[in-house]
Amino acid sequence: MPNRVVNILVPVISVILGLLVGAVVMVVSGYDPIAGYSALWNGIFGDSYTIGETIRQITPYLLSGLAVAFAFRTGLFNIGVEGQLLVGWFAAAYVGIAFDLPMYIHLPLAIIAAAVAGGLWAFIPGLLKAKLQVHEVIVTIMMNYIALHTTNVLTRMVANGKETTGTIKETASLKSVFFESLTDYSRLHYGIFIALAMVFVMWFILEKTTTGFELKAVGFNKNASEYAGMNVNKNIILSMVISGAFAGLAGAMEALGTFQYASVKGGFTGIGFDGIAVALLGANTPLGVVFGATLFGALKFGSLNMPNAAGIPVEIVSIVIALIIFFVACGYIIRYFLVKTNKKKEAK
Amino acid sequence: MSFLEVLYFIIPSAIFYAAPLVFTAIGGVFSERSGVVNIGLEGLMVMGAFIGIIFNLTFVDTFGSMTPWVSIVAAMIVSGIFAIMHAVATISFRADQTISGVAINMLGVAIALFSVKMIYGKGQTDYIQERFVRFDIPFLSDIPVLGPMFFKDVYSTSILAFIVAIGAWFVIYKTPFGLRLRAVGEHPMAADTMGVNVTKMRYIAVILSGMLAGVGGAVYAQAISGEFSHTTINGQGFMALAAMIFGKWHPLGALGAALFFGFAQALSIIGGQIPYIDQIPSYYLHILPYVLTILAVAGFIGKAHAPKASGVPYIKGKR
Repeated sequence: MPNRVVNILVPVISVILGLLVGAVVMVVSGYDPIAGYSALWNGIFGDSYTIGETIRQITPYLLSGLAVAFAFRTGLFNIGVEGQLLVGWFAAAYVGIAFDLPMYIHLPLAIIAAAVAGGLWAFIPGLLKAKLQVHEVIVTIMMNYIALHTTNVLTRMVANGKETTGTIKETASLKSVFFESLTDYSRLHYGIFIALAMVFVMWFILEKTTTGFELKAVGFNKNASEYAGMNVNKNIILSMVISGAFAGLAGAMEALGTFQYASVKGGFTGIGFDGIAVALLGANTPLGVVFGATLFGALKFGSLNMPNAAGIPVEIVSIVIALIIFFVACGYIIRYFLVKTNKKKEAK
Repeated sequence: MSFLEVLYFIIPSAIFYAAPLVFTAIGGVFSERSGVVNIGLEGLMVMGAFIGIIFNLTFVDTFGSMTPWVSIVAAMIVSGIFAIMHAVATISFRADQTISGVAINMLGVAIALFSVKMIYGKGQTDYIQERFVRFDIPFLSDIPVLGPMFFKDVYSTSILAFIVAIGAWFVIYKTPFGLRLRAVGEHPMAADTMGVNVTKMRYIAVILSGMLAGVGGAVYAQAISGEFSHTTINGQGFMALAAMIFGKWHPLGALGAALFFGFAQALSIIGGQIPYIDQIPSYYLHILPYVLTILAVAGFIGKAHAPKASGVPYIKGKR
């Protein structure tokens, strides 16, 4: 079996295993898995509204997935996507509320603000990793909590002590009247185009630019890159900043598209952590992220239909997603069995 | 309020908030000392809190006032079993330890909430009736100054936390088992050559970390929150991870760091009642543990070194 096929089979098998174990969990807990999964299916593809909402949910997943995947390619594990997303969310909402500008300036400004905020938030772990060899996982986890508390305080300030800011100005909104009419007033917005454009941007940076080549080289082998004359430290910081910018954009999607405001949060959104799943399933490639985001975004939104239609708690889908990550992480053993069974076949 | 009164007020609450962190951080020390990064502490703690509360609610009639203790044992066992997943993935299947930990975190929350909704039909459990209660330690609480600070109104779980931390120090630094554990985390190949079973040691360490995180979660749920919902364990596992790093992978260091973080938590919650402290916005107290951890790992507060082989799967015969 060629390596390429194995590489695609591992995530596919993981997804199937995840769904199977999910079904087992449902049976053991006394639920009907067929009713559960058909409720899930209808929650995703039921009508034009659910399809619109599903695509709406996929949008931030695309970006958080890209953020994790991009850092991975340079050998960095950005667990801080969640925090970068939160600061991006706040920055976009703030620009959307505080300024009065024509749309062609206001909207790009709000989007760029989110990317810059996310990038800056990721700059700190990048800098610490490059200059002091501090492990980025620890720093980004801590930065997540700092982001949560910081954006909450700032949101309260902007909202004059209330829990939710006012709605952003229309000139900064990604709202789409066209999509609304097409999808029965779902919250689907133009952000999906930005997310897909960023998929292309990531592919372009990694595959078509010298910078991308260097970033990947550092990911493969730091010492060799250093020896070849590349500036490893610069590339580490750059990779984190670009990754953070993607994460910030994911926040902008929520601020300017889905919710149109910022609010005080009791906990994390989960989009950043699910981005790890997306990137992992997509093998850290731009195209893979599209598949991963589509799958997890659809599962996540579709699951909302399960309590009503089948009486099953939505968390069953979180269990399935966690299991899929787990199985993909255990890819070594799946690979081992694939190669082994294949060898047996060849021997015959 | 005089300075001494402030101390009488704040030190017991600091210890109170620190206890769950101590258990979990010590669990983290065991795992990382053996060379397995355990980001899944949060998920294991969630599992412990969930099992603790469920068990407490279900068996309160059977065990009466002993219920919280039995619940802790139940939580310890279940979280220990849950940690086997992490062990199998990272040790036997060579999965990326951080990613497996992330999966454990997601899975812990998901399973707990799924079960709560299944059993109770709503997102949160009822409040438990039998909680851990405070008591005065006889004689010691009569000591002037120190008595009211450390021995009055204490939770037995807090005392247990201190015992566990000191016990962990003894086990890791004074026993053959501890020496092997550290060897496996620093240089698994050398340990293997000397006849130490690397896989077995790591399995034991990861399961121990799960058990202790389970205890931490159950203590938090039964002493502090009193119920289980999606916000019961909200970052305590990561804070315990931070305490472990801030404590430089040493059980007593982790104990100290956890106490300090407990102090910060206590200040952010009851600080409003204390003169001067109430002037500081609680925001700074909230982010203090995290900022300190970043400074600690960045080497601004003494240089911290993780065990050398931490995060690397051991593959026999690989140089």
